[in-house]
Amino acid sequence: MSNTLESSLEADKTHMHMNRSSRGFAMGDMVFKWTALFFALVVLLLLAGIIIMLAKGSVPAFEAFGWGFITLEDWDPVNEIYGAWAALVGTLVAAAIAMLIGLPLSFGIAIFITEMAPQWLKRPVGTAIELLAAVPSIIYGMWGLFFFAPWFAAHIQPGLVATLGPLPLIGGLFQMPLLGGASGVSVLTAGIVLAIMIVPFMASVIRDVFEIVPPVLKESAYGIGATTWEVVWNVVLPYTKTGVVGGVMLGLGRAIGETMAVTFIIGNASQLGSSLLEPGTTIAAKLANEFNEADGLQMDALIAMGLLLFIITFIVLMLSKLLLMRLAATQEGRKT
Amino acid sequence: MQLYARRKLINTVNMTASVLTTLLGLLFLAWILAVLVGKGVSAINGSLFTEMTPPPGSAGGLANALIGSLMLTVTAVVIGTPIGIMAGTYLAEYGRGGAFAEIVRTINDILLSAPSIIIGVFVYAMMVAPQGHFSGWAGAVALAIIVIPVVLRTTENMLSLVPTQMREAAAALGAPQWMVIMKVVYKAAITGMVTGVILAVARITGETAPLLFTALNNQFWTLNMNEPMANLPVVIFQFAMSPYDDWRELAWAAALLITALVLGMNILARTLTRGHK
Repeated sequence: MSNTLESSLEADKTHMHMNRSSRGFAMGDMVFKWTALFFALVVLLLLAGIIIMLAKGSVPAFEAFGWGFITLEDWDPVNEIYGAWAALVGTLVAAAIAMLIGLPLSFGIAIFITEMAPQWLKRPVGTAIELLAAVPSIIYGMWGLFFFAPWFAAHIQPGLVATLGPLPLIGGLFQMPLLGGASGVSVLTAGIVLAIMIVPFMASVIRDVFEIVPPVLKESAYGIGATTWEVVWNVVLPYTKTGVVGGVMLGLGRAIGETMAVTFIIGNASQLGSSLLEPGTTIAAKLANEFNEADGLQMDALIAMGLLLFIITFIVLMLSKLLLMRLAATQEGRKT
Repeated sequence: MQLYARRKLINTVNMTASVLTTLLGLLFLAWILAVLVGKGVSAINGSLFTEMTPPPGSAGGLANALIGSLMLTVTAVVIGTPIGIMAGTYLAEYGRGGAFAEIVRTINDILLSAPSIIIGVFVYAMMVAPQGHFSGWAGAVALAIIVIPVVLRTTENMLSLVPTQMREAAAALGAPQWMVIMKVVYKAAITGMVTGVILAVARITGETAPLLFTALNNQFWTLNMNEPMANLPVVIFQFAMSPYDDWRELAWAAALLITALVLGMNILARTLTRGHK
């Protein structure tokens, strides 16, 4: 009897002890949870801060030029007239060239790694491509300026001018510029170097997306006699299309916002050239070149261009995110 | 039979194209690395690590840029890692499935791919313009903003891979949630989290654009984070674009150093995660 009483007293004591320490634990829990929440909020505030700062900084430029700022082609520091059009078009054209060249290349590499390469080759090739994606963009810029652009100007450019130049419609894009044609510094070479830079990145993303296709699907297609290409075209691509588009948009986002690779090669001309072989500029390159020396209205105009760049990449990235999320959703739907 | 031949032909053509594109990709990798090694190795010598960046037309080294890059990187990691880890912890442990977590995740993905030059402009407007001068601190903050999304993403992914049973087992022993996270979940996911930090360091090692308007450059040796600070990427940019041979040679040496560092860290991160599996 006394024994049981004693043990129940004992139990009570430990219970009380636990209560006290569990209250301490609860405090710790609160502190930890709120700290984590606070830092999650910091991420939101960062984005909000970026948007607010850019918007605030670009008010004077939009006040001075109105919405016409976007479509104004002049960039004239002497007369204080600034428009974003030349850089905006340059950004889009360079990104378009990069996608035009980069897309087929990325698909080819992703198909090779997932469908064709023997097992022992998959890993090394995949690793090499991923390492190429990790090389800092300034290295691509240097290599492009000192090696690729001169080589392109000497060996590819004359052929391009001779074959595509006389064509109707697109011929104007391939006219030899009056000055500086030999250095290879142009919108076209910048776009090509941009393509070489985003290919490894897009190829890795597309490969990852391709790899989620259940082997059973592919095996049944092979089983009824489909060729590798037919499997890719009729099974893999339909299954992964949203993911592939999402990955491609990620690459496009990169191409639009890339600074260093482009700044080295595009030549930083303020005017919009009619030929792709002429130098041009992009928003990012213009910022990199002029921001530090700018003041007054020129600085405001540059910040306003930064805002434009951010809005464009924001839209592209949101689209890509939505598509990738939809792929994940169909994935889960299929599993159950 | 004719149909069969046609299908075979299409297949051969497309698959050959696929092999060719891969070869082309690898060719560019080889070309870029060959250029870096060819131009960089001859420029690397002892004075690189002992002498300052020179004025145009004379020889020198990269000592001030190396120490500057080191300080900027370390500061950025010290600022960015805790934020990234705690925010990632929130998403994986507390916010799973919630709308708030989904928003933070989306915003984080946008920060992850936002043009880095925009981050430079942002930090310029936030720190450099009000303070009236470029500084190492501004550069470190800009790099930290790049570190945060990388660390957040990997942390969240790695924590999500930890089996729920481990959390339940620890909770059943009476451990409160924060202790479960600190002592069980983090312990299980530590390799992956370290990998995330290494990848973040690799990413900021070569970042140039956000430093152009923040840390800028400095011709002299300084450990003062309140002053403009020399760093390898901006030195590469300025020296490579210059007409002076000495400067260009230093730029190639710095480019080789940076690429070797970045690739080394990527390979290290890879071996870490592979050993873990």
